[in-house]
Amino acid sequence: MSKHVVLVEDETNIAEAIRFLLGREGWRVQTLANGATAVEVIRKAVPDLVMLDVMLPGKSGFEILKELRADAALAELPILMLTARGQSRDRDIAEDAGVSRFMTKPFSNEEMLSAVRDLTASGTADA
Amino acid sequence: MVSLNQLIAVCLLYVIGLFAVAFAAERAAVRGHGDWLLRSPLVYTLSLSIYCTAWTFYGAVGYAARSGLEFVTIYLGPSIVMIGWWWILRRLVRIGRSHRVTSVADLISSRYGKSNLLAILVTTMAVIGVTPYIALQLQSVTLSLSIFASAETGAAPGADPINSAQAAFWVAVGLTLFTVLFGTRNLNVNERHHGVVIAIAVEAVVKLLALLAVGIFVVWGLAGGIDEAMAQIDRSPMGHWQVEGGRWVALTLLAAAAFICLPRMFQVLVVENDDERHLQIASWAFPLYLMLMSLFVVPIAVVGLDLLPEGSNPDLFVLSLPLSQGQSNLAMFAFLGGFSSATSMVIVATLALSTMVSNHIVMPIWLAYGQNTVQQSGDVRHVVILSRRLSILLIISLGYFYYRLSGGGGALAAIGTISFGGVAQFLPALLGGIFWRGATRIGAVTGLCVGFALWIFTMLLPSFGAGAALSAATFEQGLFGIVWLRPEALFGVRGLDPTVHAVIWSLSLNTLSFILASLFSFPSPMERLQGAQFVNIFDHSSPARGWTASVAASEDLMIMAQRILGAPEAQAFFRAQARLQEKSEGLPEPTPRFVQALERELAASVGAATAHAMVSQLVGGASVSVQDLLAVADESAQMLEYSSQLEIKSRALTDTAAKLRRANEKLTQLSHQKDSFLSQISHELRTPMTSIRSFSEILRDAKGLNPEEKTRYASIIHSETIRLTRLLDDLLDLSVLENGEVTLNQQSGTLQELLDRAITTASAAATRAIVIDRNRSTENIQLETDLDRLVQVFINLITNAQKYCGAEQPELKIRTRLINGCVEVDLIDNGTGIEPESRDLIFEKFSRVPGQGGEGAGLGLAICREIITRLQGTIGYMPDTPGTGFRITLPQTHSVQERKTKTLIDQA
Repeated sequence: MSKHVVLVEDETNIAEAIRFLLGREGWRVQTLANGATAVEVIRKAVPDLVMLDVMLPGKSGFEILKELRADAALAELPILMLTARGQSRDRDIAEDAGVSRFMTKPFSNEEMLSAVRDLTASGTADA
Repeated sequence: MVSLNQLIAVCLLYVIGLFAVAFAAERAAVRGHGDWLLRSPLVYTLSLSIYCTAWTFYGAVGYAARSGLEFVTIYLGPSIVMIGWWWILRRLVRIGRSHRVTSVADLISSRYGKSNLLAILVTTMAVIGVTPYIALQLQSVTLSLSIFASAETGAAPGADPINSAQAAFWVAVGLTLFTVLFGTRNLNVNERHHGVVIAIAVEAVVKLLALLAVGIFVVWGLAGGIDEAMAQIDRSPMGHWQVEGGRWVALTLLAAAAFICLPRMFQVLVVENDDERHLQIASWAFPLYLMLMSLFVVPIAVVGLDLLPEGSNPDLFVLSLPLSQGQSNLAMFAFLGGFSSATSMVIVATLALSTMVSNHIVMPIWLAYGQNTVQQSGDVRHVVILSRRLSILLIISLGYFYYRLSGGGGALAAIGTISFGGVAQFLPALLGGIFWRGATRIGAVTGLCVGFALWIFTMLLPSFGAGAALSAATFEQGLFGIVWLRPEALFGVRGLDPTVHAVIWSLSLNTLSFILASLFSFPSPMERLQGAQFVNIFDHSSPARGWTASVAASEDLMIMAQRILGAPEAQAFFRAQARLQEKSEGLPEPTPRFVQALERELAASVGAATAHAMVSQLVGGASVSVQDLLAVADESAQMLEYSSQLEIKSRALTDTAAKLRRANEKLTQLSHQKDSFLSQISHELRTPMTSIRSFSEILRDAKGLNPEEKTRYASIIHSETIRLTRLLDDLLDLSVLENGEVTLNQQSGTLQELLDRAITTASAAATRAIVIDRNRSTENIQLETDLDRLVQVFINLITNAQKYCGAEQPELKIRTRLINGCVEVDLIDNGTGIEPESRDLIFEKFSRVPGQGGEGAGLGLAICREIITRLQGTIGYMPDTPGTGFRITLPQTHSVQERKTKTLIDQA
């Protein structure tokens, strides 16, 4: 069974690029453009990986992150955060909230893919 | 049985005994022995008991027999003063000591600028006011003698067994001699009469013991114990609590006022006071003494009414009860008690009054009209002593004549009340003087005259009875036949008790005129100086600086001082002053401080006003210097100045703090704005770059892309590049607009043409069609402004509607109108509108309406607002429209030229 990723990203072009890249790696990519329903969707889907943008309509990436981490069932879920706001303060907030990996846009495709691989490999090892 | 002669012999022995005590006390004081007793609070408290005169000793019982419990008011007033007005007394004592005040007249005159007029006024009033009181003492001694005489001769009560007039005359002569011998042996009143005070203390003990003895005899000897006495009281009319509120309040007030204002009370309270702390003890001990004095008044009155025959004088129950029971020794003791009460009162009262008369009336006249000035040789002291002795004679004579005039038949308490009413008139000027800086001499004179005139008319003259001093017609029809000038119903107020009536009218009109005249008159510099010192006595007890310079030669001052103080005392004083100035020998320099001290020293002998007059004869009268005025001004003006300066400063500080806080808030806000702006820019730039980078890497690296994919990805890159470029353009545009660096090109055209242009451009770029609803007929409005910029705004708004209108069939309504030279353009779509909480923010940079998506950077509306502001118009969200609506208002003609000219004029 192919691995499942939930991608929360409101920029359609970026979402398309990631979908293309991960699709070629064999991922099933589920895209969400709105933050408001993200937690609900993720809780139902129980994906192998979550990719989160920070600035989202409806609910910010940080809030989604905190809510996910507050749920014991999702405590170990690998979460990769992508943000276009490159300040270190954002990184601190994300790490405090328990992010698995934090990446600044723009990223190179290779970098992103290796991060995804890292996260899911360690996740498998843990499991 | 005690014979009259025996009685007189006992009296003489008693007086000689008192003399011995007084003499011993004075000797002891001179040697410095016995301070523990002479300066003890006990003696001070006992000396205050001269408040209890023959009135209290005999009269209280008579009062009780006639009017029931009302006699208590006479004790209540002073108790309230001692307990509740302790702070007033303390202030009086401090002023009296620090200004070496010799009498109540001296205090009032000194406070109001050392005014001679006031001193004379107060002295005269005091003499007139106290005269009935002295008559009362004569009457009581005469009455008590007559009781013994009638007991001896067996005459019927009410008859005159001795010649009352003659008896009273000899009593008066005796009292005069007594007082002269007691009181005028040394001059300096402020040196304190230790002898007199100790004699008064002894008499206080005697009268208390005598009254208690009679009381105990009556309760246990006659009534048969406390229970029976109480039962008897309950049976009598006195047992019923009959209180007339008005009379009680008026009499209590009167007694309280008299306690402070009576010259003899002032003498023992203030002048003879050694230590302020004594007041603290006296404040409870004296009320206790009064309580003991009043303890047996009611039983004696009740038993007296019961046992003695009808028509007996109730004023004499204290004597006649023991006499009727054959207790002659007890009666003798009681007589001595009454005698003590009368004599102590007369001695102190005449002493105090004679000091006032000689200091304030005789000495100023002698100084003014005698050809001799103070520089002439000869001792002034004999003049002072003589004038005091003559004053004593005069005062007791007045008392005697009043006794003869009033017929000697009045109730003791009634006479006492009249006296109280007279001296109570000093109260407003006295209290006003020590608590109110605004009180002036004119005010004091006015108040005193009004109050005293009313007292004479409503209390003193009526006391002689209708047809004596005032005709019966005056009582009936008023003075000069004016109805509202009836002595017992002034201004038509009828139905009041005569005493209450008199007290209310005299004291209230006195106070009122005192306050009014003070408010409308202006104090002299000397008054201000003294007023400041009296009112603020606890702030600075240092003497006033009264004398300017060394005009007076020390020798002249020395001569004068010797004549008044006596050579040894004067020399000692000068030596002490020289030592203070650190001069080993010779006379002290006549510095202002020294002259001031000398004036005080003299004031203790002859009163402040006289001493001031004497010193000014030598120094030249310039008594209030600029420094003095400044000193007074200092207090008020400086304080005002300080407080207003402080106020200004604190206000300035508050202002500055507020400004700083505002500036700080603004800076913080700006800093936040800058942070969020940078963060926003970063986000807006990075987002398209992410797509560009990602897709360009895909195109470069990915194998096996089909041509459609390649084209699609390339076109994404292309559109994202355009987005970036537009973003940069917008940022630059906004920056230019915000900095005001934009140059506006004035063009003219119609609104219709502008809207055509805007719609054409917007539609060309649109991905989604929108129906535009216009009313072209109203659009023919000529505009003169920067048309390109205005079109930019329209394009922006139309594009927004195209992008964000959520309706199925989007439609944009454009309405225009011209009102008073202002063009209004409304652009309203049929979408869902913007949430109220977001409306304030939509014109801010980077603000995008939540949930709308879209790739805009959120700069469009910010740019629109900047442009419209430059064109001197406004743009706003229309809250009441169904969809999203914006209204632009701007002047039909925007004249760049005009603005420039205006700026030039402003600069010129």
